[in-house]
Parts: sequence; structure tokens; C-alpha cells
Amino acid sequence: MESLGVLLTLPMNPYLEAELHRRCHLFRLWESPPARRKDFLRANAPSIRAVVGNAAVGADPETIDALPRLEIVASYSVGLDKVDLARCRERGIRVTYTPDVLTDDAADLAIGLSIATLRRLCEADRYVRAGSWKAKGDYKLTSRFSGKTVGILGLGRIGLSVAKRAEAFGCPICYHSRTKKPNVNYKYFPSVLELAGNCDVLIVACSLTEETRHIINHEVIKTLGPKGVLVNIGRGPHVDEPELISALVEGRLGAAALDVYEHEPDIPEELFRLENVVLTPHVGSATWETRKAMADLVLGNLEAHVLNKPLLTPFL
Amino acid sequence: MSAENPAAETPAVERERLPPVLLLRPLSFPFHDALATKFRLLKPWESPLPRDEFLAAHAGDARALLSFGPSPTIDAEILACLPNLELVVAFSTGVNHIDVAECRRRGIAVTNAGNAFTEDVADYAVALLIDVLRQISAADRYVRRGLWPINGDYPLGHKLGGKRVGIVGLGSIGSAVAKRLEAFGCTIQYHSRSRKPSISYKFFSDVANLAAESDVLVITCALNTETHHIINKEVMLALGKDGVIINVGRGALVDEKELVKCLMEEEIGGAGLDVFENEPAVPQELFHVDNVVLSHHKAVFTPESFQGVLEVVMGNLEAFFSDRPLLSPISE
Repeated sequence: MESLGVLLTLPMNPYLEAELHRRCHLFRLWESPPARRKDFLRANAPSIRAVVGNAAVGADPETIDALPRLEIVASYSVGLDKVDLARCRERGIRVTYTPDVLTDDAADLAIGLSIATLRRLCEADRYVRAGSWKAKGDYKLTSRFSGKTVGILGLGRIGLSVAKRAEAFGCPICYHSRTKKPNVNYKYFPSVLELAGNCDVLIVACSLTEETRHIINHEVIKTLGPKGVLVNIGRGPHVDEPELISALVEGRLGAAALDVYEHEPDIPEELFRLENVVLTPHVGSATWETRKAMADLVLGNLEAHVLNKPLLTPFL
Repeated sequence: MSAENPAAETPAVERERLPPVLLLRPLSFPFHDALATKFRLLKPWESPLPRDEFLAAHAGDARALLSFGPSPTIDAEILACLPNLELVVAFSTGVNHIDVAECRRRGIAVTNAGNAFTEDVADYAVALLIDVLRQISAADRYVRRGLWPINGDYPLGHKLGGKRVGIVGLGSIGSAVAKRLEAFGCTIQYHSRSRKPSISYKFFSDVANLAAESDVLVITCALNTETHHIINKEVMLALGKDGVIINVGRGALVDEKELVKCLMEEEIGGAGLDVFENEPAVPQELFHVDNVVLSHHKAVFTPESFQGVLEVVMGNLEAFFSDRPLLSPISE
């Protein structure tokens, strides 16, 4: 696919970048300073037929409009909230993503974060590293995870994987989704508020759309309550972040684990001072094994497109 | 009897009729009050007599002894002061601080926490493993130091699914760990004193062989003379450069000096440790590396586990004093 001009939005994976450089005609968006970006796109638009973006920088309206020859957006992510799907649909631009290969990692992280939060694991690690462990039996009680009711917001691939893992800990599972899923034995709640009122740990695993922006709002947080735990492995904008922070500070919400934030990589510093949060820098799919699989899927989709074969993982 | 302070309101005469139980050190809340409603607790430290004299004076009464915490060790010397002792009730799963052989010789039964701690310890072991592989604590430190906007994304971790997990000691805790990790797509195999016929996981009679074919070792066996330093240099080298060790058993199951050396020299990939050889001392080299997760022996510290072990302790004592079978006698 040497003739395929590919715009890579960020240095997201050295292997992916090297392969794109070797096999395609690669344009690196970050090599032009932000002020000169429009010129960069205009100058190279005749050659660019593909965009490879990720959860941070995808294919926004300005980018798509600047690329009249764009045929395919191959996202290095499963979330497509940074891709203007409406515009792609209008223009007949194909969109691919990376489902399935990252499902396990995301679900593993959700459970790891849940237990780490309830059992204050990171706090323990900080305590020991600070040299504070001076006497045996120096402890406080933390909450058991096994048997707690886990509420899943969004019972898609990742949500189902989270459920399967939580079941092994004897956790009753309930969920809220746009629609009730047939063939699923878990208790369905028709609203996120009812879900929050009926679970101990609420895990956000749905996609980010206009409907789900700030779906975790003041009411939901209040309903989850002073013993409740929120785990967000979806997208930062799922949660009203300032609301969340004040609830955590004031004890209206028990604890939270966040892998995503409204304005990554900038995180409100009040979170850094809290003991009842666990903070990870968007690492849901961040393993060697999975990132390689994601890169191969992007490359495979581009190749299929160029060869006029069925795309491997099309969304549009 | 008032619910808030039952022990204080039990008339002295009724307290005298409660079965006596010997303690060797104070019990913390909530255990003391609950036990004091059903038993007359003998407390040597509240007496002006030195402990040996107190024990001699109360030897007749002392049929049951509560062992709370790893000290004092219940050794042959103490047992010799208690000729009427028939039962030692431990609050822990591990009984390495009790001279079990001497108890057996003297016909003294020993009970432990039974299954009270199984779930919490298994949960903690899984959390430690996910933390080490996915670098949760290390990444949390990175974020709190404000490094994400400055240094960019955190380095990649390792996938848990598909990992071969070797459980060292497939008792109730080891089995609970296995059941959980199967749901994450791990392959389970194990070493135990003997093969368990009803178990389908692959059995290894030799720990080093288990390590050679595993990506992760989870240590959930009892500490005794055979298992001291069962995780030694040979086992660690067999586990290899990407291998991870999770220890929720006892510190002395692992040759700690060797573990630190292997971690520093990158002969193994990482470790999650809730226990250490000389608690509360932790090798300080470990404070500066990101591929270990450290915890201060707190895997059982949940309200649920505390309630559970209290029920087991009470149940064992009540069974003993009414000549019924004990709930959780240790197996040999």
C-alpha cells in the first residue's frame, strides 16, 4: 500500500508508526506546529486518503473537511468519540476500530481498580514506601470486594467481560444499557439512577455519545452514596468531573477509581490529595500484547481497504 | 443485659460460671467484648503476679487458650505451664507461631480461622497481581506527581489473560485464587504436599518445575519447617525474567534477601508482597523500584473477615465447652 497516504495524528505506537512509514506514505500530524496545522493539511491533502487516530486525537470535523480525498479512518482505539461519525457517514468514509483485542485488558483493569480502591491497595503501597510501617498490626479496616453488588453501565463487550470476572468473586451483577439484553441473566435497570441505587460498585463501560455525556452527574453520585464506589474505564466526559471531586472531598461519594478524565492529560490537582481515589493515566488497553494486536488490526484494515477486500473491523 | 455493654452488666456471680478462657495478651475491639459475654477471660497481664506464677495459679482453669496475633509464640515452655490445656484457638489462618507438634504430643487440639479469611486474602492476591502487571500503584504515583502532562503516557504493562499461574499451596485460599484467575483467562497449575485427586489443574511435585512452566507464582501455603524459604533462588531463576511472585502467605516462605537481589538484578519481573520475613521491616531497596507492590500484612483486615473470624473463634470455644466437634481443627 505504498501509494496510500496516511495521516497519523500522534506518536501512539512505535511499531505501528514504523510499519506505516515502511509500507505507506506516512504524514505525521504532530510534526507541524499547531499554528501551522491547517497549512500542513492543505499542502498534503491531495495525498492523504487515510487517517489513523486514537482516543486522544481522532478525526474531527476540521480535519475531515480539510481532506477531500479521505477514504478511511482507522482508529487505534475502540472508542470513536473523537471521530466525527456523522461527517464520515455523509461522505461515505469508512471507519474501523479495535474491538475485542482490548476487551480483556479493559475488563482486567476495571476489576483491578475496583479491588484496589475498596481495599486501599495503592494507599498501602504508599504507606510502606514512606517508611510508615513501624508497628505490626498497624492497620485500618477496608471494604471486602467479594460479594459486593457490581453495577455495570453499558453491557457491551467490555461490560460483559467485567461481569464474567466479577461473578468469579461471588458479586451479584446488575446493569443499565440503552436496551435490555436478551439471553443475559443479570438484573436490568431502566435508568442509571436506579442502577446507582442498587449497587455497591458502579463501573462505567459504555461508549461516549451525546446521550451519555455527564451521565454520571450529581444525582447519580449522590445516589451511589458515601459507601459507593465509582470506577470509570469509559471516557472522562461520562462523568461530571467537578461534581465528582466535590463529592469525594465532602464524603458524599465513598471512593473512585479513574482511568479517564475530561481533559487528559490534565487532571485536577485536588484529586492528587485524596486517599479515596485511585488514578491511572488512561491505561485500559496499555499492555505490550494488546497494543501490538491493535496496531496489527489498524494495518490489516488499511491493507484490506487498499486491496478492496472486506474490512476486518468496520464500524462504518 | 444491655446490648451496648454486656460484659460490664453481667453480674459477677454469673461471670464466675462462664467457662474460663486464657489469654496471653489483650484482645482488640471488637473481639474482647463479644467474647467476654460468653467466657470468663483470664488475663495474666492484669495480675500483679509474674506470668509464670499466674499460669501456675490458674493452671487448673486453663483448658482453653486464645492465641491472638503472632506473639507470644505458643511454645513448649508455655505449654509446660498448662498441664490441663486441651485446646488452642488461633485467630489466624497460619499457625506457624504455635508449636503444633508439641500440642499433638500433649493431646491439645488447635483450631484456626477456618474459611473466615479465604475471600479477602484471595481478592487481595488477585489485586496485587493485576497491580504488578498493569502497574496500577506505580501509575497512580506517576499521576499524583503531575508527570502525565510532562513525560507523556506511562510505559506499557503486561496482559493478565493467558498467563500461566502456579499456585503454591492449593488450600482454601489457593483454590479461591485459582477460581478467580480462571475468569481472567489464566491457566492454573499448582504445587501441594500431595496431588489432589478431584482437581483438574496440572500438579507439580516440585516447586522449581512449577516455576519453570509458570509466568506467575502465587504463594498461599502454610509456613512450617518444610516450607521455610520454599521460594528460593532456584525457584526464582526458574520463574525467569518476566516472572511475577505474589506472596500472601508468610514472609518466611520466600528467601527475602534472594528475592531483593533477583528484583534488583532483573532476574525476575516483579512481585506483590503483603508479608515479609521481619515485619514491620521491609527491605528498603524495594521502596525505589516500580515493579513491586508493597502492603503491610493487611489482606484480612475487612469488617467482614473480622466478623467471620470472631464467629469461628466463638463457635470453636462453644463447641469445645459443650463437647461437640470443633469447627476448624487444623489438619496435619
